[in-house]
Amino acid sequence: MSTAAAQELATLDQAQEMGLLPEEFEQIKSILGRTPNFTEMCVYSVMWSEHCSYKNSIKWLKTLPKDGPHMLVKAGEENAGLVDIGDGLGCAFKIESHNHPSAIEPYQGAATGVGGINRDIFTMGARPVAQLNSLRFGKLENPRTKWLLEGVVKGIGDYGNAFGIPVVGGEVFFDESYQVNPLVNAMSAGILTTDKIISATSKGPGNPVYIVGSSTGKDGIQGASFASKDITEDSANDLPSVQVGDPFQEKLLLEATLELANTDAIVGMQDMGAAGITCSSCEMSAAGEVGMDIHLDKVPLRQADMKPFEILLSESQERMLVVVHKGKEQIVEDIFEKWDLNAVNIGEVTDSPNIRYFNHGEIVAEVPAESLVLGGGAPVYEREYAEPAYYAEAQKFSIDQIEEPKDMVITARKMLSNFNIASKRWVWEQYDSMVGTGNMGTNRPSDAGVVNIKGTNRAIALTVDCNARYVNNDPEKGTMIAVAEAARNITCSGGIPSAITNCLNFGNPYNPEVYWQFVGAIKGMSEACRQFETPVTGGNVSFYNQTVDSDGTAKPVFPTPTIGMLGVLKDKSTHMSLDFKYKGDLIFLLGESRNDINSSEYLSSVHNVRLSPAPHFEMQEELKLQKCVQDLIKNNFINACHDVADGGLFVALFEMGLPGGLGFDVVSDSEVRKDAFLFGESQSRIVVSVTEDYEEEFIDMVGEHGIPLTLLGHVTKGKMVVDGEHYGFVQDLGDIYQNSIGDAMTK
Amino acid sequence: MKFGVVIFPGSNCDEDMVYVLESILGQQVERLWHKERDLKGVDFVVLPGGFSYGDYLRSGAIARFSPIMENVVKHANKGGYLMGICNGFQVLTEANLLPGALLHNTERKFICKNVHLLPQSERALMTNHLEFDRAYQIPVAHGEGNYFADAETLKALNDNDQVLFRYCDAEGNISEDTNPNGSVENIAGVMNENGNVFGMMPHPERASDSDLSNTDGREIFESILKNFVLS
Repeated sequence: MSTAAAQELATLDQAQEMGLLPEEFEQIKSILGRTPNFTEMCVYSVMWSEHCSYKNSIKWLKTLPKDGPHMLVKAGEENAGLVDIGDGLGCAFKIESHNHPSAIEPYQGAATGVGGINRDIFTMGARPVAQLNSLRFGKLENPRTKWLLEGVVKGIGDYGNAFGIPVVGGEVFFDESYQVNPLVNAMSAGILTTDKIISATSKGPGNPVYIVGSSTGKDGIQGASFASKDITEDSANDLPSVQVGDPFQEKLLLEATLELANTDAIVGMQDMGAAGITCSSCEMSAAGEVGMDIHLDKVPLRQADMKPFEILLSESQERMLVVVHKGKEQIVEDIFEKWDLNAVNIGEVTDSPNIRYFNHGEIVAEVPAESLVLGGGAPVYEREYAEPAYYAEAQKFSIDQIEEPKDMVITARKMLSNFNIASKRWVWEQYDSMVGTGNMGTNRPSDAGVVNIKGTNRAIALTVDCNARYVNNDPEKGTMIAVAEAARNITCSGGIPSAITNCLNFGNPYNPEVYWQFVGAIKGMSEACRQFETPVTGGNVSFYNQTVDSDGTAKPVFPTPTIGMLGVLKDKSTHMSLDFKYKGDLIFLLGESRNDINSSEYLSSVHNVRLSPAPHFEMQEELKLQKCVQDLIKNNFINACHDVADGGLFVALFEMGLPGGLGFDVVSDSEVRKDAFLFGESQSRIVVSVTEDYEEEFIDMVGEHGIPLTLLGHVTKGKMVVDGEHYGFVQDLGDIYQNSIGDAMTK
Repeated sequence: MKFGVVIFPGSNCDEDMVYVLESILGQQVERLWHKERDLKGVDFVVLPGGFSYGDYLRSGAIARFSPIMENVVKHANKGGYLMGICNGFQVLTEANLLPGALLHNTERKFICKNVHLLPQSERALMTNHLEFDRAYQIPVAHGEGNYFADAETLKALNDNDQVLFRYCDAEGNISEDTNPNGSVENIAGVMNENGNVFGMMPHPERASDSDLSNTDGREIFESILKNFVLS
């Protein structure tokens, strides 16, 4: 038998070309005690890529709070975090980016992002019940943005619709910083019974190792490395790095996997995402502190003539690695036969610390599993960071620099047609939002997506949030706001915030100013998650989101730490919706109106001012407000509830009126400028409607909580009135709001 | 009444249908796997929504060749009841058990939203116990739901009272504006001349659970059941 050292040896040039640093190449040599061969060097290059190793972020990620009263599986232990939602059920949920593939091939990039995140969920034995997504693009007026938006939405739709999991929420945001590098973050949540968790581990020397699902092809080779470098004009040359998805195979794999979870045949299972067979075999082995022998010639291939390194690095979709209890092979093979999927024995667990990859009996690579993985031998770096000059500049802004618009009615119309405010109906109507018959928001819309857990009295609430303009202007405070807003959306829907997953989209970590944004975001997230008792259960980091111009200057995207939050409704009848119910109901504002237009969509789009401080936010105020609303909902004192977010109070009132075709008649606050009253985005404000029958109880309870309360006015038949001035009928403005994006897309 | 829900690989509304029939309506339900041939003595076969066999050729084009379909066709030809929802409707037109065809939506986009349906047929099991002046709110979710039939077929459908539903607005007005996919004459569902095979694009099973705050679809299933209570 030949040895790995007998193969063609790797050179430093090759290593650098594949993204390794010279000192990393030296480190590999010292780990192996020899120069790696080409195949081994490929294995290290993907496993030590930013995408797989988190080498530039892990130091800070470790500071995030990971433990909470309801955690079943903590961050990093398995493919996704797992939260106890009661009644013997757990919820596995996670968000992940697919930014780089989507930038050059929006349809497949987005589709495989959806496939990958769902696999992370069902590989644990959980049946996905809901999906969300968070999308960011450049200016919609740009034809390339339309091409990207069209492709991304169709990719998410075609994959998710066929796979059959409803999309219950999401966000779409446009800003020039994402012009070349859009962000596509996909989230999935699944439910399992807590005694049926499948672990991503390998144990028991002699146990057979199976590859199941689709055949392996040349698609997506080195996708992990591609995701770990800047997007440039040459990125289109990386097209083979983009994977191709097949939702039909994924659906079969889901059903087969969940059948497998009900047997006692398997030791562990991991899906193949980034770095394919390499990553799954190394991570499972490292987790179980065992070795593995893998015979690459036994892997079912989609095309002939694949080299060993191509098989190892292929990111072909819809595949899993399964370690089976010896003697129970037939159970596994029968299940996959039923679903017409491959299940092929490609190796076995060993008691060596090494993973050996064979091709026709010949060793092509031999590497210690531990040396490759995060938490093991993978490099960990401390990056420098420095406050950028723009930050101090932003803090100098004052509202007094801005002249109030003369015509508020015209401004209000402008706001409703603004692509960041307008309805995203054009997007979400292309997603199946109702399959699974669990989406409670279809007929009763609320701030978070709410999903019925059939057979129980419970429901879960899910949301994704991040206002990246706030984060850019103040990373720490902006990220605290992102967590607070997510929690507020859960609270306003009748849930209690439980845990979060995050998707950290930033520029190049070697740029100290970008890294300063990253560090600030982590600090803000840590603080907010501690306050809300919502631990971070996992997620991912996506660096290198920026545009490198032809002259070499890099423009990072807005720092975008997307927060995906899970909440629990112990009693699903407390699901609260956002729409006004009856003409004549009283409209109240909980929280304070402030003379604050900082970082608002209004300031950015109407006055073209991008730099200003983050809007007012004070943590204790927010916590008290949410406790109060949770109590009001529990006692049934309010009949609609919506938080004041992007676009401010006017937009919030309009959104509450639209579903029922109802309007509002309100008065403004004489202490506050009218533009700030209507369009300012100062935080910790929630609008509620109350029937006169409950007015007294309502006021008493808000008083007990010590929350500032303002009676704004009442619900009308359809007319929208502020300080006696008619702003239009909700139906007419509804047309503008509903059709703005669709009209732009067909222009 | 014993229902059978066929499960093709790629079906994704099968369990939703089972849940409504079994848990909400209290009926007996058998799951019929596509590789099997036994209909397990069911009275009423349902082809659920989804993307059977991936639908990479045309929606529903492959499913009709599956082993279970051989006996489903025999069952229907003998007068047994058979209903296809969404992808199931597409399978039934591909199998020539229902007239017409389902084309790409005119906007060439998948569309998922609540729409309204006006019941049409006074003799169909699914509609004969509904209110004919009331719009029922039922969701659609499809990329190929644009019902097409030639003039001759249309005339026969209308003459024989075979149209089950037409797309309308919340007040029951039928117009081009209320047509979500370009279907000819706003047709949302049809049955065969014999009245034992039904197909519709909208999903009544998605509007049957009071936890989702809309039970208009349950009334369609209840209409079917009422026919058997009376007889």
